[in-house]
Amino acid sequence: QLSLCRVTVKRPFSSSHSSVDSKEMKKFQLLAHKWWDEEGEYAALHSMNDIRVPFIRDTLLSMSSNYHLGNPLSGIKILDVGCGGGLLSEPLGRLGASVTGIDPVEDNIRTADQHKSFDPVLAKRIQYKSSSLEEIVEESMETFDVIVASEVVEHVADLETFIKCCSQVLKPEGSLFITTINKTQLSYVLGIVVAEKIMGIVPEGTHEWEKFVPPEELERLLESNGFSVKTVKGMLYNPLSGSWRWMESTSLNYAVHALKAGARPPPPATGTLPQTDIQQPSATAGTAP
Amino acid sequence: LGHDIHFLDKKIALLEAGPRKEYDHMPDSYSNRVSSISPGSATLLRSCGAWDHVCSLRLKAFRRMQVWDACSEAMIVFEKDDLDDMGYIVENDVIMSALTKQLDAVADRVEVFYRSRAVRYTWPLPSHSSDTSPWVQVELADGRRLQTKLLIGADGHNSVVRKEAEIKNIEHQYDQSAVVATLHLSEATDNNVAWQRFLPTGPIALLPLSDTASSLVWSTSHDHASELLSMDEESFVDSINSAFWSNINHSDFIDTAGAMFRSALSFLKPSGTAVRQLPPSVAAVDAGSRAAFPLGVGHATEYVQHRVALIGDAAHRVHPLAGQGVNLGFGDVACLAHHLSAAAFNGSDLGSLQHLLKFETERQRHNVSLIAATDVLKRLYSTTLAPLVLLRTWGLQATNALPPIKVRI
Repeated sequence: QLSLCRVTVKRPFSSSHSSVDSKEMKKFQLLAHKWWDEEGEYAALHSMNDIRVPFIRDTLLSMSSNYHLGNPLSGIKILDVGCGGGLLSEPLGRLGASVTGIDPVEDNIRTADQHKSFDPVLAKRIQYKSSSLEEIVEESMETFDVIVASEVVEHVADLETFIKCCSQVLKPEGSLFITTINKTQLSYVLGIVVAEKIMGIVPEGTHEWEKFVPPEELERLLESNGFSVKTVKGMLYNPLSGSWRWMESTSLNYAVHALKAGARPPPPATGTLPQTDIQQPSATAGTAP
Repeated sequence: LGHDIHFLDKKIALLEAGPRKEYDHMPDSYSNRVSSISPGSATLLRSCGAWDHVCSLRLKAFRRMQVWDACSEAMIVFEKDDLDDMGYIVENDVIMSALTKQLDAVADRVEVFYRSRAVRYTWPLPSHSSDTSPWVQVELADGRRLQTKLLIGADGHNSVVRKEAEIKNIEHQYDQSAVVATLHLSEATDNNVAWQRFLPTGPIALLPLSDTASSLVWSTSHDHASELLSMDEESFVDSINSAFWSNINHSDFIDTAGAMFRSALSFLKPSGTAVRQLPPSVAAVDAGSRAAFPLGVGHATEYVQHRVALIGDAAHRVHPLAGQGVNLGFGDVACLAHHLSAAAFNGSDLGSLQHLLKFETERQRHNVSLIAATDVLKRLYSTTLAPLVLLRTWGLQATNALPPIKVRI
């Protein structure tokens, strides 16, 4: 009997909501071995590193006072959610961070593990796990300094659950980096019609316009779940040169940096009560896994 | 790269075929292998701390370069307006010693394997799903094995790395050899001018080493080169002096045409004609300093491949008439180091084509025009045919008079 009712103190959310969409999983399974072909199906993601890695690196450096030459991110624990074949985990690992990469598709994890195994330095710094975000929440409460969810939120089934889980595994004042695609007419034309059907920049069927997330909605969800949004920047892909750059407008792709609220909010000058800590177990706890 | 801040965590191996060369002070006699170092190259050497060592050993700065034709009076003079140094003549051994000292300073990151030779390279297979290592494997003659994410081929114009990587090389052997020697001048002088005269057989250049010594670089036919090497010292010195001073290649026609053009130019641009200085005369040659080596031109069709990059003479080979060979190589170094440093700071895999291609594009754009121009000059000046002499005479005079073109050169 006891084994059926695993009551844990900190499990505020029922797991009948999963943020993983099984249809999405199947799509990625088919292409699991193509991750590391720099000129293949995932070429655009490879070249996205040229702007997303400096974005993450520079944001984190500007917030910290220690700087280790040669290993700028050393000592930082990063969770790469939806890491795929490890395209983003590896550069972050090379910059000194301890990276945990999770992805629900087992084949992706296998590819990622194999690719990192040849580099003795990376093999130690990066750990991959085939898992969804919810599955690691229990054992990883407030474990990570940084969460990176790049090109992921447009594939999740329940965005709010996803964000809440991010908040749980993130340390107070930790950073959350998201890159995703806006839901606009332009993103339908360029992101789906041109990118997938006409130019084949993205494998066909990868994205569903319905699941694209406008930055306003993402910001709303973040702010109402204990995050404060610090940066929103538009990104643009040039298919001719195969390169990415920043742009003013967020009508296509965009990146977000948000900070989780601190454990102790600064003493308010007017003496109002601090906000409720979202770590408190809610009344719905107790459903078995 | 060893001194780059973003490389603190990386390991670099340097395979050097020669012995370790480090000098605390130079021997009295000068080596016959010298290079003309441009200010840009000096900046590169300064950035890794080697230039100070060069200065403390031995070098000669020159302020002026006079280039003229054997078939006419045409002449062009290069000098910087602000009387800055135009370049430096430095013995190759001095540069090696300076670099060795700086390599010692980063010995924890850079390991130098002296007197080593790679006997086999194993390239990574393009497909990433294989079980074999995706890195380059290098096997040395002594049996040791190294593996690396990026192999940089800096092994000269007969590059083994280039051949093994199956990168095509467009090359052409000139029917010329360069004769080098260390010369002693008849009288001490400031000696801060580099002299070059285009003879029909090839350019002869005198590069200053000190107030009393200069280095000779004489590009000429293979036959003439062996003659020069085998003749006795007095005849050798006489040949050099007559090469610089004799006017036997002049013809009245060219002289008159040239003089006409010159007066026309001085009418249009009064400051356009400079005073011709006379080169120093040579008194003696250092025993045993005469040597010759064949010349050619070459250019690799690709500078990079997955996990491989070529720099210096391995990528391009040029005629010494412009004194640019080593400076092109230093330019490659500065460019590649810049791109690798940025890639390291981005956490990229150093052997990735993405940034290697940026290096290739940047350098090919720069190098190809210079190599082509040098080749054209070499061919243009190899003839005594009147029309071409006239063309180059007027061209040289015009270029001398027009500052914008001179500055670009």
